Amino acid sequence: MDAMAPAPRTIGAVLRRIRFAGWPQLLALALVLAACRAVSPGFFHLRLVDGRLFGSLIDVLDRGAPVALLSLGMTLVIATRGIDLSVGAVMAISGAVAATLVNAGSPVAVAVGAALAAGLGCGVWNGVLVAILRIQPIVATLILMVAGRGIAQLITGGQIVTFDDRALGFVGTGSVLGMPTPVVLVALVAMSIALLTRRTALGLFIESVGANERASAYAGVGASVVLIAAYAASGVCAALAGLVVAADIKGADANNAGLWLELDAILAVVVGGTSLFGGRFSLLLSLVGAMIIQAMNTGILLSGIRPEYNLIVKAVVVLAVLLLQSPPVRNRLSRTGGAAR
Amino acid sequence: MSLRLLPLLVTIATFVLGAILCSLQFPHFASTRVFTNLLTDNAFLGIVAVGMTFVILSGGIDLSVGSVIAFTCVLLAILIERDHVPPFVAFAIALSVAGLFGAAMGALIHVFRLPPFIVTLAGMFFARGMCFVLTTDSIPIGAPLYAQLYRHAIDLPGHGKLSVIAIIMLLVVAAGMVIAHRTRFGTNVYALGGNRVSAELMGVKVGRTTIAIYTLSSTLAGLAGIVFSFYTGAGSSLAATGVELDTIAAVVIGGTLLSGGVGTVFGTFVGVLIQGLIQTYITFDGSLSSWWTKIAIGALLFGFIVMQRVLVAVAGRRGSLA
Repeated sequence: MDAMAPAPRTIGAVLRRIRFAGWPQLLALALVLAACRAVSPGFFHLRLVDGRLFGSLIDVLDRGAPVALLSLGMTLVIATRGIDLSVGAVMAISGAVAATLVNAGSPVAVAVGAALAAGLGCGVWNGVLVAILRIQPIVATLILMVAGRGIAQLITGGQIVTFDDRALGFVGTGSVLGMPTPVVLVALVAMSIALLTRRTALGLFIESVGANERASAYAGVGASVVLIAAYAASGVCAALAGLVVAADIKGADANNAGLWLELDAILAVVVGGTSLFGGRFSLLLSLVGAMIIQAMNTGILLSGIRPEYNLIVKAVVVLAVLLLQSPPVRNRLSRTGGAAR
Repeated sequence: MSLRLLPLLVTIATFVLGAILCSLQFPHFASTRVFTNLLTDNAFLGIVAVGMTFVILSGGIDLSVGSVIAFTCVLLAILIERDHVPPFVAFAIALSVAGLFGAAMGALIHVFRLPPFIVTLAGMFFARGMCFVLTTDSIPIGAPLYAQLYRHAIDLPGHGKLSVIAIIMLLVVAAGMVIAHRTRFGTNVYALGGNRVSAELMGVKVGRTTIAIYTLSSTLAGLAGIVFSFYTGAGSSLAATGVELDTIAAVVIGGTLLSGGVGTVFGTFVGVLIQGLIQTYITFDGSLSSWWTKIAIGALLFGFIVMQRVLVAVAGRRGSLA
């Protein structure tokens, strides 16, 4: 190797020179937002009414908050080469617990605490199945995905439990410093997880378990503990998302709360570039992924295209991202780049 | 006794025990009528579960089947009611579309080395989205053939009626057993699920087999969609949500290892019957709510998966799973 690197000669080499890995996602977000601006000229307008910001952009952040919360936990799980299918059902359980307790006269702090504890419990259950009983993640979390909604309905007695508690409603519809509460929650959770994983060795451990579980166990990483912690974090994030959704509609709907959101969360993480084969993750890019999905939803609504096309657009986007990530395509890209070396 | 057969025996024992308990509690439970209704109500689930068995035996998973069922129903309703296509032509079109869809998913999985669950997840979105694009309404199907098929049934002693869709399901299960255990394709599927690399070294055409497996699964999901449209007499884009999970649960309860390579089509059939039995019990009881079905299936799923882990561990210590 020369001390001075030769000038890059191919596009692939140029791209690899750009150190920042997230440019495709940011470019995609910019394109989607530009498309939104094209179909709705007032898209970037922001107004301050009664100390709270309003505008389509804020709506995207606000509506996208549940999926953004789920995607944070899901990122950690996918980084360990796992998957958590149960997050939608955990959302339903958490909403049911909080709504039932508030209606029974408990203080909001107790209701929220119990809902988060329920999420933590669900996450630890998933983690134990994966780490101790060695069940494949997709199957281990399938159990709670099937049974979880039943449990939520058991808690609500099979009804949609509505509540009229101001403080709990604040979680879904209030605002802090002009921003909607859900958006502030996402920012807080993202920062805490980022600090925990990037300022301590935890993030490194998660990546090493995802890359090679046996090797990291030999290297002294407590693989089981790391796995359980990842699933527990996902459970707590799902419980928070469940609280946001329940507080938003001031009711807990065990059948429909968080329905199909597990798929949106996985999609957000995959679009964000976290590899499904484990070993590397980016919380920030998962959030960008969640925002791309929500901006697409909002844009499709604003443009007047029938919302029925929403699912098809999502399917095509996820396939395109997967194909770019797939080993054969990546090999070909690096071969065209490697020829210059 | 061979460890390979133990899960199947446990599954059959669970069903027989469950049926005996139900009959002791409800005097009219043990009749051909209850049993034939069990077959009719779960006919579409049984058909799609046979396809899922092949997918899981090969070490894969197919999350798109529920959406494919709904898509087939909607497509049939539109072809028959709006475009006045003769029903049997419509069936052929629906089955071909479903089969091509499965082939495309299988090709993506093989060529691009993508995990099956994420490809079929995209397929699930896509097929459900196509339903919504075709129509968001529920379209009733009033073709005379449907009324005839509905009335036609073989009478059994004890007021049992073996309906047409139950017969279709039994035929599919029988054909699935023959394909799995008596053909080269079936052997290839087991080999692929046992160990992909050794299968390839032994000369199994991995690509062709993978595409065939997902084509089979989607085609059977299409057939299940046809049966579902007989059963409900309508095409609705919201039909059959969550069926993929019921199907996977049936396959696992039926004793097929989720890691692939071990399992039987007959076990899946019994797994479907066990799920039907739980639902029938809850209907007979009358006071239990339907959400207990989900909890009971979740508990059964857990029990069977833990049993599989224990068996695999024991087999690992003995050195083989034979």
